[in-house]
Amino acid sequence: MADLLQVQGVTKRFGGLIALEDVSLSVRDGEIYGLIGPNGAGKTTLFNCMTGLYDLTGGEVRLGGVLLNGLKPHRIVEAGFARTFQNIRLFANMTALENVMVGRHVRTRIGLVGAILRTPRARAEEAAIRDRAVALLDHVGLRGKARTLAGHLSYGDQRRLEIARALATEPRLLALDEPVAGMNPTERRQMADLFQRLRADGLTLLLIEHDVKLVMGLCDRVAVLDYGRKIAEGEPARVRADPAVIAAYLGGEAA
Amino acid sequence: MDILTQQLINGLVLGSIYALVALGYTMVYGILELINFAHGEVTMIGAMVALTVIGLLLGMAPELPGLMVVFSGLLVAIPACMALAFAIEKVAYRPLRRAPRLAPLITAIGVSIILQNVAMLVWGRQYVAFPAILPQGQYEVFGAHITDLQLVIVALSLTTMAGLWLLVERTRLGRAMRATAQSKEVAALMGVNVDRVISATFVIGAAIAAIAGVMVSAYYGLAHYHMGFLLGLKAFAAAVLGGIGNIAGAMLGGLLLGIIEALGAGYIGDLTGGFLGSHYQDVFAFFVLILVLVFRPSGLLGERVANRA
Amino acid sequence: MRTALDALRARPRLAFALLAALLVALPFLVGAGLGNSWVRVLDFVLLYILLALGLNIVVGYAGLLDLGFIAFYAIGAYVYALLASPHFGLHLPFWAILPISMALAGLFGVLLGTPTLRLRGDYLAIVTLGFHEIIRIFLNNLNAPYNLTNGPQGINLIDPITIGGHALSRPLELFGVTVPSTYLYYYVFLAFTLLVMAVAIRLQDSRLGRAWAALREDEVAAAAMGINTRNVKLLAFAMGATFAGLAGGLFASFQGFVSPESFSLWESFLVLCMIVLGGMGHIPGVILGAALLTVIPEALRYLGDLQRATLGHVVLDPADLRMLLFGIALVIMMIYRPAGLIPSRQRKRELTARDGVAEQEQASLYDAKA
Ligand SMILES: Nc1ncnc2c1ncn2[C@@H]1O[C@H](COP(=O)(O)OP(=O)(O)OP(=O)(O)O)[C@@H](O)[C@H]1O
Ligand SMILES: [Mg+2]
Repeated sequence: MADLLQVQGVTKRFGGLIALEDVSLSVRDGEIYGLIGPNGAGKTTLFNCMTGLYDLTGGEVRLGGVLLNGLKPHRIVEAGFARTFQNIRLFANMTALENVMVGRHVRTRIGLVGAILRTPRARAEEAAIRDRAVALLDHVGLRGKARTLAGHLSYGDQRRLEIARALATEPRLLALDEPVAGMNPTERRQMADLFQRLRADGLTLLLIEHDVKLVMGLCDRVAVLDYGRKIAEGEPARVRADPAVIAAYLGGEAA
Repeated sequence: MDILTQQLINGLVLGSIYALVALGYTMVYGILELINFAHGEVTMIGAMVALTVIGLLLGMAPELPGLMVVFSGLLVAIPACMALAFAIEKVAYRPLRRAPRLAPLITAIGVSIILQNVAMLVWGRQYVAFPAILPQGQYEVFGAHITDLQLVIVALSLTTMAGLWLLVERTRLGRAMRATAQSKEVAALMGVNVDRVISATFVIGAAIAAIAGVMVSAYYGLAHYHMGFLLGLKAFAAAVLGGIGNIAGAMLGGLLLGIIEALGAGYIGDLTGGFLGSHYQDVFAFFVLILVLVFRPSGLLGERVANRA
Repeated sequence: MRTALDALRARPRLAFALLAALLVALPFLVGAGLGNSWVRVLDFVLLYILLALGLNIVVGYAGLLDLGFIAFYAIGAYVYALLASPHFGLHLPFWAILPISMALAGLFGVLLGTPTLRLRGDYLAIVTLGFHEIIRIFLNNLNAPYNLTNGPQGINLIDPITIGGHALSRPLELFGVTVPSTYLYYYVFLAFTLLVMAVAIRLQDSRLGRAWAALREDEVAAAAMGINTRNVKLLAFAMGATFAGLAGGLFASFQGFVSPESFSLWESFLVLCMIVLGGMGHIPGVILGAALLTVIPEALRYLGDLQRATLGHVVLDPADLRMLLFGIALVIMMIYRPAGLIPSRQRKRELTARDGVAEQEQASLYDAKA
């Protein structure tokens, strides 16, 4: 299978701190790719670099061959790269439905004039946005919560809503930053099922996760970051046995 | 007379006043990320209080030396402004410390309106004249004039800045202020009483503002309930120019802005072929502000503030 | 009362008809009850509602604190004054000028917004404030060497709005009834206000309105969800400026006179007060705020008359108290009722329950440990 995402020699410095050093990895079309590593390893920073929230100090990121470096975040979303946030960033005072509808922004067109005149096209598009958002809420298991304010949802539901919102942008690659953190085992299983379904729908997933069991069961391949460097990559079972990985985790904390 | 030298001197004098007011903005911003919009008004109150005291003293004992009278006015204005700033922080800003960003800014505007209008009720709509009791000596330097008053203003500004510098760098309070500016949470964990430090920051800024207020009214020979507004805006522009949150930056920004304004006012006529005249002096501060924010939002000495994701 | 309201709610058509009748009859009711000078106040209420609706798009919808809003009002007013007065000898009709007023104000909005909108919110506030000062200084001084604005004296003898050959500055004889000029302006202003209100409501409920709300809530997340934050901000800014330009044009024709004094910074703060008091982002709140803050100062005048009648002279001039009271109201509202008198349900939660964010921070601390 072809590579969908290619990360080449990415380096990110914050003043004196080197958060990422020469990280390269590639995610194939249609796989679930895990990114693991101890706290502070640089996983979230890599997401921020790929999605245009941080400028790279060096290196390249490509999605389906298109260079993402230097693009504005909204362009990167347009190119088909959607993400969620580790410290959930929903629009807390908008309803769940509205949150997902915002996700449709990038795939819809109606602007000022259409909105003011409420042209038939504008109305049709608005209805389509709403239908799609409702369907996505269903898809992630938030049926019946459409009118709840995002800030009032339970923790697990907020994580689900972030996924629905990201899906609304019609990504080719969905990057999830610790999507099951803080969930109980049942919820985790439901989420794992959801990821499998998304993959079956043709989506490629990039997953940061601390839950090793989940990662091992779900991912086709994994990469391990430690102190900003990639120390291992490959099939989960092999990576788990890698002495460098074991050392990294034992040196940091027991995971 | 050498216009360039003269305008440089004038700019330096005005700039040292801007620098003092800018310090108040920058210190508060450094700690709370709040634009203390009312700071210009605190400066105005300082001038008004001092002038009232000066007027009373002159009424009671006209034979007192002028410098002493003005100094007494200053000695009353400083604690008055400190108390005022303490109260403002406590009543208007503290309850909003965790509120969304716009809320404290709107409150600050409210406080500013209140102070201005209270001043108008107390001191009236008229300009209050600064009595001509200060030494009026004048010297020639490089073909330009410099007055006693200008010398006093620059000297007092420099002394005040040096004092503040020592306070921030060498005292326990200063260390606590720097720690709080870095991170309120960490400072609190290290045993710093963050509320006290924030109060202290407002109060110190207000004391300096009082000095600036007296200076500016002495310099222009008058005070007015509306004077704090433009002065405050310009001082804020100076703080941004130097790099907001940065104390040395406020000093540098103030001086620079003063000089830019003076030179601008002196030469705008020539530059525009007489189309624009010196009454455009006040627009320079805002053009500088906009240019800095566009091209170097962190200011001259500020660090780049990373947009945390 | 409640049952009457419920009854109306059940019959929207009747409610609508009643409301329409009330709006049409309002100047006559006010004129008969309080005197014709109050109809003039009513006209100003409508102008301020227009302004407040415009600023509400910028501040309430998109969360951008624009303190120089009145500068755009001034631009609209001066455009009208220059194109329809003896100053240049131009006398274009109002329907030709108003679009120019709006477009030019909007253009200035874009010009100011383009470099500054990537700044953090509070910087934007100060820059817009500075912009206002710049505009005011230019209006005051652009009378020499070339006389564009006529300086502090302002521009006089501005043409009134003329509809169907009738200048609104003159009373209209209609079926034997004399309708005074202020009444005529009321209807024109009312039409524009309703139009702008409809636009504001439609925008709020649209793809663009959601993008504004998202931007207000969390700019980073909005960008990461594919919103071009810069363009969307610019659009809000320009929309607000355009509405202000419209209000400015109407104001110029109504007054027949403009000068820099009418566009002081306090006007900007006043309009901000209106939307804060009423309820940011919520159209009924904004309307209430604008109405209250226009009417209250007028009513306060009676306090002066009262003092004169009882004490023989005016001790405290109510005009002096006006801004003071506004300042106090602003502070108290922010501390105790930050969502305004009639907040939108959404905004209320946002400004009162500040824990949305705090909870999230807690949560992220928690999963950092997990
Ligand atoms: N904006 C920033 N400025 C300065 N340093 C940063 C910034 N963002 C991240 N860092 C630093 O970069 C390093 C990597 O952080 P990152 O959040 O990417 O780790 P992580 O692998 O996601 O950890 P965790 O599992 O705890 O989420 C850390 O040392 C962090 O302090
Ligand atoms: Mg992380």
